[in-house]
Amino acid sequence: MSFSLVARPQPSKLMVYLSPLLALILTLFSGFLMFSLMGIDGLDALYAFFILPISDSYGFSELLVKAIPLILIGVGLSIGFKANVWNIGAEGQLVMGAVAAGGVALFAYESESIWVLPAMMIAGILGGMAWGAVPAWLKTRFNANEILTSLMLTYVAGLFLSFLVHGPWRDPEGFNFPESRLFSESALLPIILEDTRLHIGMIIALLVVATIWILLSKTLIGFQVKVVGSAPRAARFAGFKEKGLIWFSLLLGGGLAGLAGMIEVSGPIGQLVPQVSPGYGFTAIIVAFVGRLHPLGVTIAGLLLALSYLGGETLQIEMGLPQAVTGVFQGMLLFFLLACDVLIKFRINMTQKASKTESVKQEASA
Amino acid sequence: MSDSMTILLAASLTIIGAATPLLFAALGELITERSGVLNLGVEGMMLIGAVSAFAGALITGNTYIGVLCGAFAGMLMALLHGYLTLTLMTNQVATGLSITIFGVGLSALIGLEFVGVTVEPLSNLPVPLLSEIPFFGTLLFDHNLLVYLSVALVFGLSFFIFKTRGGLILRAVGDSPESSHALGYPVIKIRYMALMFGGLMAGLGGAYLSLIYTPMWSENMTAGRGWVALALVVFATWKPWRVLLGAYMFGGVTILQLHGQGFGLDIPSQFLSMLPYLATILVLVLISRDRLKLRENSPASLGRTFRPTA
Repeated sequence: MSFSLVARPQPSKLMVYLSPLLALILTLFSGFLMFSLMGIDGLDALYAFFILPISDSYGFSELLVKAIPLILIGVGLSIGFKANVWNIGAEGQLVMGAVAAGGVALFAYESESIWVLPAMMIAGILGGMAWGAVPAWLKTRFNANEILTSLMLTYVAGLFLSFLVHGPWRDPEGFNFPESRLFSESALLPIILEDTRLHIGMIIALLVVATIWILLSKTLIGFQVKVVGSAPRAARFAGFKEKGLIWFSLLLGGGLAGLAGMIEVSGPIGQLVPQVSPGYGFTAIIVAFVGRLHPLGVTIAGLLLALSYLGGETLQIEMGLPQAVTGVFQGMLLFFLLACDVLIKFRINMTQKASKTESVKQEASA
Repeated sequence: MSDSMTILLAASLTIIGAATPLLFAALGELITERSGVLNLGVEGMMLIGAVSAFAGALITGNTYIGVLCGAFAGMLMALLHGYLTLTLMTNQVATGLSITIFGVGLSALIGLEFVGVTVEPLSNLPVPLLSEIPFFGTLLFDHNLLVYLSVALVFGLSFFIFKTRGGLILRAVGDSPESSHALGYPVIKIRYMALMFGGLMAGLGGAYLSLIYTPMWSENMTAGRGWVALALVVFATWKPWRVLLGAYMFGGVTILQLHGQGFGLDIPSQFLSMLPYLATILVLVLISRDRLKLRENSPASLGRTFRPTA
């Protein structure tokens, strides 16, 4: 028995939507196997990972808190990925957004102005954009691969933040802990659900999703993004400027990642710390793919991957397992998704007899 | 030996130590890319290699077995990459990224018990007589097996790529899988082999980190070296001897990072730690700006999926 892949005459619409579900099922199954191998009751662990964290309303609000940055970055990245611009340095752009916004918050320390938050938001977006602009410039001006440059800049951004909180921006009354002052009330995002950490960033994220959706489906630049991604030759004949799209993708992706960074430091964290994100910028890459590079899909995928963070935390508390489980699940989900996506363009042909090439070989040797 | 000679020697040995893991990973990626496959999973493969090597050495008590475990584990990760990109024809960029994300997580999970434990590092194998030469003896002929192997591989792979039939076929597959297929070469099989060699080498690079460079395991210990290796391949315009040059240059940058403050540079340590990453960007820019030269040297089908038809 062997199987071969046969090209479908047309890509399967059904599989486009079914593939993420299939991937999720396969991930759950592999997770079960992995936990069993580790000598843990697989069902218990899966329950603790996927169900327990959202079994009460507080847990659900935490899911939303974690989904906000993932959705924001995910929609930004999906534009770039559509246009074949591989910005994988969103983590660094998030950090620089957090740095810029945090700088404003510290500068306006103890100010009660209502303009502090809007200023932080603009600073965060600009910080992220600036960090996204570097790979865009290096790509358009010097042809340097944006995958590598944006990633290298992520390490640089992390070190820069570390320098700030260890040095000039360290809390003078903080007993030498590498942390900034706690932001003033005016620099913190308002909570929208009492007794939870759910903040106004949720509404901002939904607005961004809606805006990007309109941008993609109704505007010329959205059309260009789609054409460049699916038919680069046609795009060139149509005179679409490739460089313009590179700039657009990286500035948009960087800006949204920067916004996510601002939201993290003025929301759940409330100060600058050496680690402002548990890898949201990298996880958002998976969010973009699982969400089929579509704003609505990204929103759903953002919730799913937010659950992987919560699940990891719950497993740590309930069963003493390391947080790294989160990364394993995220990686597996992307593997299976990519593998299942083959079914969009191909169908599997099961054959009982030997494949064609083998039978040809047999004839030749006979 | 005078003081300055001692310092020079220590500095040179640090460069060699920092360069060797990069050299392994980059040489492996070079072969992979020559076959037309872009492997962005090098970082993940190095991490899995590092943790497996450490586990192997700790459990068996034999560092050499640890090295083999690291190489084998890297190869397994490459097999996974190959199954996805070559058999299932997935996007090479996305697949490589997922290998890295998965590798970071899995290595941390496996390595949990090993944090804080140390192993006996791989011992040096001084070349008899030659290593007795003052200064140069220690500099050139008193290293561990992996250092000798990495340098030998530069020559071996140069010869293989440019002087043998196998190397010609590898380059043909990378430049035009369609023509190679038409000529009857098994493109997919060759790409599998090139990819697995790359994984093996990334695993060796990881093993070097966890068994020699810092003979212990810590989460995410590669700190971006897999990505630097990818940049080195571009810098080297896919030529092994230039990978050697690049890797040792990076070793030199590491010296600045480690000993910058010792040299009296009054710069916060974080800025010194940025140097390797900034240097990577710089070399990428310098080499990529010459589009013609880059196109002339880069494997023409790099990153493109190939599906053999009939």
